[in-house]
Amino acid sequence: MIYREAGQFKTSYKSDQALLPIAQDRFFVIGLLAVAYIVIPMVANDYWLNSIFLQFFIFSLAALGLNILTGYAGQLSLGTGGFMACGAFSAFKLATSFPDMHIVFVLILAGLITAVVGMFFGIPSLRIKGFYLAVSTLAAQFFLLWLFNRVPWFTNYSSSGVISPPPIKLFGDYYITGTQATNLTQYFFTLTLVVVLALAARNIIRGHIGRSWMAIRDMDIAAEIIGISPLKAKLSAFAVSSFYCGIAGALWAFLYTGTVEPLAFEINQSFKILFMIIIGGLGSILGSFIGAAFIVVLPIFLNSAPAMLGLQLPGALVTHIEFMVFGVLIVFFLIVEPHGLARLWGIAKEKLRLWPFPY
Amino acid sequence: MFQAIFVDPFIMIYDAPLFFVEVFVSGLMAGVMYALVALGFVLIYKASGVFNFAQGAMVLFAALTFVGLWELGVNPWLSLILSSLVMIGVAFTVERIVLRPLVNQDPIIFFMATIGITYFLDGFGQTIWGSEVRPLDIGIPNEPFMDFADWSGLYINKFDVFAAAVCSVLVALLAGFFTKTKIGRALRAVADDHQAALSVGIPLKTIWTIVWSVAGIVGLAAGILWGAKLGVQFALALIAFKALPVLILGGFTSIPGAILGGLIIGSGEKIAEVYWGEALGGAIEDWFAYVLALVFLLFRPQGLFGEKIIERV
Repeated sequence: MIYREAGQFKTSYKSDQALLPIAQDRFFVIGLLAVAYIVIPMVANDYWLNSIFLQFFIFSLAALGLNILTGYAGQLSLGTGGFMACGAFSAFKLATSFPDMHIVFVLILAGLITAVVGMFFGIPSLRIKGFYLAVSTLAAQFFLLWLFNRVPWFTNYSSSGVISPPPIKLFGDYYITGTQATNLTQYFFTLTLVVVLALAARNIIRGHIGRSWMAIRDMDIAAEIIGISPLKAKLSAFAVSSFYCGIAGALWAFLYTGTVEPLAFEINQSFKILFMIIIGGLGSILGSFIGAAFIVVLPIFLNSAPAMLGLQLPGALVTHIEFMVFGVLIVFFLIVEPHGLARLWGIAKEKLRLWPFPY
Repeated sequence: MFQAIFVDPFIMIYDAPLFFVEVFVSGLMAGVMYALVALGFVLIYKASGVFNFAQGAMVLFAALTFVGLWELGVNPWLSLILSSLVMIGVAFTVERIVLRPLVNQDPIIFFMATIGITYFLDGFGQTIWGSEVRPLDIGIPNEPFMDFADWSGLYINKFDVFAAAVCSVLVALLAGFFTKTKIGRALRAVADDHQAALSVGIPLKTIWTIVWSVAGIVGLAAGILWGAKLGVQFALALIAFKALPVLILGGFTSIPGAILGGLIIGSGEKIAEVYWGEALGGAIEDWFAYVLALVFLLFRPQGLFGEKIIERV
């Protein structure tokens, strides 16, 4: 009864092609944006803004990128961390080589550079599939991190190895990076970026390119026969996905941690993002966000749970137990809902349509 | 730069051929150890189509259990048997709790589930046995055969030879198990076609438990050998990443492929590190195996011995 599309007629092509054709969905998204833009900045403190929301936004961007590649185009990738590192380091090189360049252009250019790198590492996907491809994307992960670790040009010949991005102004007196940047500026900036990029992703996916990705994912030979070029589809998926991951990596280094270091983009980061899209839902934009939220909140919860229960445990033990609980939860969620949390949301909407009079 | 990559290494090889042979042989021996880890992956992939990422964690867990029991004062042979039993227990639990509820899901879901198992085993093993590095001495000295070195000028490590021997025995046993026993035949049938195997009355669940147990015991062997070399520690779980390029090189479904892939990766990696490492900036071991495997895959997408994928519309 609550979620019912009866009576909502589409009378023009424009309304037929609308992003959210059902009014309830529209209200929900508008409400969500209002909360994100107005309520959260008013109530949240610095810890929440920086440690939880910023991290969540950046992870959802990366998850969105991986979901485009794995969920929509069906190419399993374990190189996300490498691509994020690529974005972070190209943004660092750009920001230091062209100090006057605006942060938005820095991010976009860093994304484009990462897209080119991603396309290069996507070339094997034309020959190999499935787990063979997954393992070969590990080559990107290990090679890129090695490159940034070993070639001093990338770190501007810094001797200490710890490099920080230069302070950059967003506009006027508002700094976006460096010590003068406030959490609120960073929050709004990242939020806007995430909204714009998510909207772009949604539109790419329902357009021609996205459909060709899904056709390749569902059955590549059949897709080829109806005239979709696997070369274009697969490489464009790698490019767009890496673009998103590159921007996420640059934001991670510039805004979240404030240092550019390869260590932050280790293989575990790649797995974390893969978890997000699988727990959230493969082939679902909403799923990328839910998955990212889940993986960001879970460790915080696990960390504080023993203290809440009044248990005093040594630090190493807590880490090991965290590992165990994490593993168990992953298996649990896969068994309960292999199609991800986004699917649960879909089921809930289906139920709401009929409630309170199910037949 | 050009000279350092394309000229100097070959001059070095030409000048000191014996050293080259030594590097090559030690690489082969390291490759045997990679192959041992890769073997566990292949066994499970063959029988159930599951890409078992947890193999590395199983290696660590088995080695930790073995060392832990030994340190508690259990006779080493007894603790070997006990840890084998523990691995069988792990296989049983995994089959019952993880695999069975997920039957018929996509391969990627199974892959994710095995990553979940990885996290659990890593945490569980270290919760029980602690996370400090434990030295493991199985009585094989890590030194070259001096007589042989005096005679030929080649230094070949005793421990490496022992590892190679263990690996050969294991492979021979597995080959016998797969071809001569009833269970082995059933395993091959399941690997060929799940549904056909089910329809002639092969119990799939039992087969899965058996194959995970065998992989666990192979993991135990790999863990003991690696542990004796590096000490039993968390890093053991990471050698799984070394086994992955071996897998794609050899093909996911082929035991000889795993062995040969291991040898190629091991020797290639050692030679590259010794002769080209410095010119490229050092520590190229991290990625060299992957790039080697990747270049190889461009020419043979199914790996060395993988089943040829024929696609029809």
